[in-house]
Amino acid sequence: MTTHKSALLIKEKDVVVPGEELAQGMDYLPGQWTYRKGDHILAERLGLINIEGRAIKVIPLSGKYVPKVNDVIIGKVIDVTLNGWRIETNSAYSAFLSIKDATSEFINRGADLTKIFDLGDNVVAKIINVTSQKLIDLTTKAPGLKKMTGGRILAINPNKVPRIIGKQGSMISMVKDATNCKVVVGQNGIIWMEGEPKNEVVAIKAIRKIELEAHTSGLTDKIKIYLEEQKKQYAL
Amino acid sequence: MQNTTKQHLMKSFQQNTRLDGRGLEEFRKIEVELGISKTAEGSARVKIGDTEVLAGVKMIISTPFPDTPEDGAIMINAEFLPMASSRFESGPPGIESIELARVVDRGLRESKAIDVKKLCIKKGEKVWAVSVDIITMNDDGNLLDAAALATILAVKHTKYPSFDGVEVNYKELTDTPLEITKVPITVTVCKTGNYIYVDPVSEEESNVDARLTVTTTQDGNICALQKGGSMPLSLQDISTMVELASKKAEELRELIR
Repeated sequence: MTTHKSALLIKEKDVVVPGEELAQGMDYLPGQWTYRKGDHILAERLGLINIEGRAIKVIPLSGKYVPKVNDVIIGKVIDVTLNGWRIETNSAYSAFLSIKDATSEFINRGADLTKIFDLGDNVVAKIINVTSQKLIDLTTKAPGLKKMTGGRILAINPNKVPRIIGKQGSMISMVKDATNCKVVVGQNGIIWMEGEPKNEVVAIKAIRKIELEAHTSGLTDKIKIYLEEQKKQYAL
Repeated sequence: MQNTTKQHLMKSFQQNTRLDGRGLEEFRKIEVELGISKTAEGSARVKIGDTEVLAGVKMIISTPFPDTPEDGAIMINAEFLPMASSRFESGPPGIESIELARVVDRGLRESKAIDVKKLCIKKGEKVWAVSVDIITMNDDGNLLDAAALATILAVKHTKYPSFDGVEVNYKELTDTPLEITKVPITVTVCKTGNYIYVDPVSEEESNVDARLTVTTTQDGNICALQKGGSMPLSLQDISTMVELASKKAEELRELIR
């Protein structure tokens, strides 16, 4: 029996690029956004290393949104078809929202679908299926899933969304409470918000700051102080 | 959709603020960098917020037009690169880039900032042609003002290449600058509903009812005007807009000194 010498080539929180060698030998396991080639483990994305026991995982720092089942996203209607709506998802693929997944109400044959969702509407929807060919199916048949009227849209790096939301939504509720804005964050990096104009500006500034400093620790406290400062500056 | 964005915009304007928290008559942060191109005789990069434009000047020897044998030529060309915005596509220039180039050209030409007589080398045979290329790097609204600012900065810092009477050596620049007698500054004033403001971001720009681009020189003369947008402007509107544009132009002129 040949003995493989296993070695870890990176440390926790190292920044790696796609194709970078992370470990040699079979003692380590490829986790999310890594893959095995021969007896090496290589990185698939630009990101930070996270080692949990024997598993090595990459937390992406950049890149487009990759659709995942059960994600709640905010999409824009780009086409109204005979049996549903085509939705732009801020990923490389567009999604389809079928009439049967859009509403539980009865819809007459030949009804005007634009009465439900019209071209250019922003819709909060959940991904119910992603095929291997990346055909995405959406639903709006659950609480909180609906068309967003009014307000404004903000696009952020989708990889920072977990940080924007925070643990059990702690970060985003802090922003909401401080600014009195209604905010909905889609997993695809699209954010919808509505509030008083000046409050919105403060909320956006805070979100941009979270996005920029997502990798630093003690961010919640920093943002709390930042929000107070900004509120004073804008006399809210 | 357009309608809800517009309503949202108007709500901000009503409280004398913008989508990014600026006042109605406030420009974004302007950054200027000179001499960014090694191969151009004069060049500049202008950033207004996230909008970024490059301008480069080439000095070319050419024959004058038969009706103006003593005058040099001014050519301005603009290209909207697809990387600047999802709205732009490669291929022949679109209506927007033609308009931009023409408005910038009009500002530079009609202000008489460049004395075309001085570009003459031999009457009827050889003159200098000033060719400006404008390239958009990123479009977040107000490309026009950024392009005009980049152009005048690039022209202002242009030096003649060495010329021995036969051939131009572009590898060697002389110390002789291209003389500028005036500094034309272009400011676009936008109107949405009853609100008048400058320096729109993309979202504001796509909801503009009417806009007026005004180019003024330091002695207060208006040397170019361009109206855009689908809605009309009243006489009152125009005088307020021109007044605002001249005021903002003074501020920009301070900045590029």
